[in-house]
Amino acid sequence: MSQSLRPYLQCCRSSLTAALAISNFASQTSERHNVPEIEAQSSPELVLNPITISRNEHEKLYIEPSVNSVRISLSIKQADEIEKVLVHKFTRFLQQRAESFFILRRKPVKGYDISFLVTNYHTEHLLKHQLVEFIITFMEEVDKEVSEMKLFLNARARFVAESFLTPFD
Amino acid sequence: MAAPQVHHLFHAPIADHSFSSDRQTLAVARENNVELYQQSGNKFALSDELKGHEKTVTSVDIAPNSGRIVTCSQDRNAYVWEQTPSGWKPTLVLLRINRAATYVRWSPSEQKFAVGSGARVIAVCYFEEENDWWISKHLKKPIRSTITTLAWHPNSVLLAAGSTDSHARVFSSFIKGVDTRPEPSAWGERLPFNTICGEFLNDSAGWIQGVSFSPSGNALAFTGHDSSVTVVYPSAPEQPPRAMLNISTRLLPLNSLIWNGENEIIAAGHDCEPFRFRGDESGWQLAGSLENKDGAGTGGAREESALNMFRQMDLKGQAQVDTKLKSTHQNTVNTVRVFQESAGQVSSFSSKVARSTFSCLQNTDILLSQRSRWTCRGLVNLNSAVS
Repeated sequence: MSQSLRPYLQCCRSSLTAALAISNFASQTSERHNVPEIEAQSSPELVLNPITISRNEHEKLYIEPSVNSVRISLSIKQADEIEKVLVHKFTRFLQQRAESFFILRRKPVKGYDISFLVTNYHTEHLLKHQLVEFIITFMEEVDKEVSEMKLFLNARARFVAESFLTPFD
Repeated sequence: MAAPQVHHLFHAPIADHSFSSDRQTLAVARENNVELYQQSGNKFALSDELKGHEKTVTSVDIAPNSGRIVTCSQDRNAYVWEQTPSGWKPTLVLLRINRAATYVRWSPSEQKFAVGSGARVIAVCYFEEENDWWISKHLKKPIRSTITTLAWHPNSVLLAAGSTDSHARVFSSFIKGVDTRPEPSAWGERLPFNTICGEFLNDSAGWIQGVSFSPSGNALAFTGHDSSVTVVYPSAPEQPPRAMLNISTRLLPLNSLIWNGENEIIAAGHDCEPFRFRGDESGWQLAGSLENKDGAGTGGAREESALNMFRQMDLKGQAQVDTKLKSTHQNTVNTVRVFQESAGQVSSFSSKVARSTFSCLQNTDILLSQRSRWTCRGLVNLNSAVS
């Protein structure tokens, strides 16, 4: 793990742990409803100030807490065109299968690549510290995954080019 | 300190729990129902289910003397359950609220109970003999957001409420014909209905999660979402408080608190373990956790064999996975309640009394707020015994 990644992940971990202090809270604006307040934004007093943790201009974590839900958005490092395409395809693949990931949001918040919506149902039915662990692991793995895919893509391109150009030798 | 008793009841969050005065019956809110457990041997076995609510039950309270149970839910209703030879009979309470009911507690006199709600009102309910029903009067004047928590003063007239508008307030809920005139105290002398005896703002405007009066009723403590506990000592009616002490901590927010005598508070919340605060009017401080974490109290010792280590490295790419927290609770503690107390606790208590109270407090707090758990052999046994 590189030197600057460790404090970044440490900071994300403690901020997420603090932000996930949420509880069951029924809507106070509409009758018999119980909705995530961060999405509904119906009462200003129930939404806390959002925070951004950024390692550099490309890698950021944006946490928006509220009384019964937290929205966590992640911006993934994209150094060049290939990585941009790869990240787009990868997040699209995950988001289309959002219901099997429980906390994944179908659409990312504007300006970010992927968003999670953690509600009190998740913190009650899953272990809270494991949820935090999941997000941190995701952040660690996604970079690795993207660079691996890029290497694989380059290797494949080279191989294809070589075999395509052999007849012209 | 005695080791905590842990009872795994089921795999679901527990919003609230309550013990009967003989500590044999435990009422637990589970989704839309309330389950009653009876102690048999050293286990709690399911004995009855109170069905009637249509949405999540948010709070349950057993009256210590009459044994009546009051429940409230997000479907905006509250029921009073009375035991009859043919089972538990519910009576609907006329709450007249149009948002979720969030919290309910019997007054110490058991003549009334208070229901907090998301409709920015507190319904103080009492029984009307002529019509044979429970009706309510609303406390609503300065409340600007959902009521999250309530606590009764020992005189059954004063009611403390915490809300998401960052205020803890003390109201008078005096109802003519039901209550006897209370003794004048530092909170007020004449106390008609809806008198505001105190209004306290959390220092950093965090939501109030728990309130509690001290055993004598002469101090009020409340916890806020900024992880602080505030203790207020009132001076005289209409005067600013004699002392208002804010103890800010580096913990996660605390959800619920109880007093252990006049100089100790026990609070628990998102840190999954109870903490102790000590002090008096001149100052309060955090005195540490109640749990002894390096003990073997956290369940079976983890297998640390070489085989296990290599298996973990193979599966997860790491030598050791910490899936278990060191605390007894593995998730947020919702409610802390007094399990057993002696009369000595209120007026004066010796250290011996304090200790016995204390170990039992510890027990309660275990029983109460198990939230989700993954695997537990004890749990499986219990379930099969029930079914």
